[in-house]
Amino acid sequence: MTGRPAPGALSAAHYLRCLKGIVGREALRFLHQRERFVAALVRPLVWLFIFAAGFRAVLGVSIMPPYDTYVLYEVYIVPGLVGMIQLFNGMQSSLSMVYDREMGSMRTLLLSPLPRWYLLTCKLLAGVAVSILQVAAFLAIAWLWDVRPPLWGYLTVLPALLLSGLMLGALGLLLSSFIRQLENFAGIMNFVIFPLFFASSALYPLWRIRETSPLLYHLCQLNPFTHAVELIRFGLYGRVEPTALAVVLGCAALFMALAVYGYDPARGMTARRGGPAG
Amino acid sequence: MPAGGDASEPALQVEALSHRFGRRLALDSVSLTLRPGQFTVLLGQNGAGKTTLFSLVTRLYANQGGSIRVFGRELRRHPSEALSRIGAVFQQRTLDLDLSVAQNLLYHAALHGLPKRLARQRLGAELARIGLAERADDKARELSGGQLRRVEIARALLHRPRLLLCDEATVGLDIDSRRAILEHLRRLVAEESLALLWATHLVDEVVPGNRVVILHQGRVLADGELTALLAESGQADIGALFSALTRGAPAAAAAG
Repeated sequence: MTGRPAPGALSAAHYLRCLKGIVGREALRFLHQRERFVAALVRPLVWLFIFAAGFRAVLGVSIMPPYDTYVLYEVYIVPGLVGMIQLFNGMQSSLSMVYDREMGSMRTLLLSPLPRWYLLTCKLLAGVAVSILQVAAFLAIAWLWDVRPPLWGYLTVLPALLLSGLMLGALGLLLSSFIRQLENFAGIMNFVIFPLFFASSALYPLWRIRETSPLLYHLCQLNPFTHAVELIRFGLYGRVEPTALAVVLGCAALFMALAVYGYDPARGMTARRGGPAG
Repeated sequence: MPAGGDASEPALQVEALSHRFGRRLALDSVSLTLRPGQFTVLLGQNGAGKTTLFSLVTRLYANQGGSIRVFGRELRRHPSEALSRIGAVFQQRTLDLDLSVAQNLLYHAALHGLPKRLARQRLGAELARIGLAERADDKARELSGGQLRRVEIARALLHRPRLLLCDEATVGLDIDSRRAILEHLRRLVAEESLALLWATHLVDEVVPGNRVVILHQGRVLADGELTALLAESGQADIGALFSALTRGAPAAAAAG
């Protein structure tokens, strides 16, 4: 894809400064958009405070890994809601990519002499960093709500969050390379976010779904979001779920490769998209 | 780092560049050479292909036919070496209005991998040059349209490109701001031997001594120094020349 610079033309320091610049800009924008932060927190909190409280009596969760005892429904859905934060954040980043493209700031990004796959990776990491901040705030509130995973879990969940954030962010990036205009974004919400979220283990354990519909059970198992949630769930209790890890890693790599393809100047959507006005 | 400012080497060399969007031919075998220290006006109506040309030279998408060289580097084969020598100001505003002027400029410097100290030093110098040094910490939102444009020009120069591309950079500005920006750029071209490609649809932005390239329906209709072009064609001014040329152009060249 992008050509290799002559030796010495671009050093590792160039790459690092670029990464810092992109993450720093995203963090500044995040600080300036308090509404976005509040919205990102309110959404899962509504689920936790209202939905989970209502379903607590209906849905008992039996002992299943990684839990050692019976857990309350609130405890069960917290990892799913963490996944939801990252899912929305990934889609939000993709929305901002489309916005950037319409507003022209994508052009200044792509003017950088660094390879395009690297610029996209920096964008992706910046989005993941923001999502981890949101998750930290959510987990802090959940702790006050008596959802208290072991303390070390807050540390061991970090790698899981990084990977699931990368996968969901890469999915958003991939979608953004195929969306022509901002208006088409509402469709993404309906056709991507909702199916991913509801057909997953975020709200109910998969064995319960199997009791009702084996077909749905298989669909949930194929859903990468299920694996992101399970990776987070096990991570929060200091454990690794190998299948989830493999699926999340594989999907992250696949989505990213496709997104880089989508943004490739010679092949992707940018080249096929209709001509500019000028 | 190989020298990029050799006066004999063209800053930009576009050869037989063609580009289609679907069935529409946006650029039809365009050739054009820019040398350092040359202020070149790319004159054309909306839809003439100016923005497509800019998008290809800045590698927003890759050219389908022909070649683009920036200081001798083929853009497709050495994109990063070519891009590091290009500065660009686009038609749309691309500053982040919620961030300060300095934050915007530092972000751009980071994209080009400049160390922070050097970036701060240069942003101070560039802002001073456009008379906005004391506005560095103001939010971009607080600046006027003309000031934002000047900041964008300062930003485009932070990584010391040798080739500057401006696409309709004065669009929507009042006469005074337009004049100030043009004067600033003419000075830069003269003093720092920058190569500048200035795309516009306004004939009054061409002055004697400028080289002008007339682009119409994706084709170059005229290319030369203004006075020479006028003498050659017998037209009184650039407006008359432009109408005469574009009226006579074969309409079939780029349908749609």
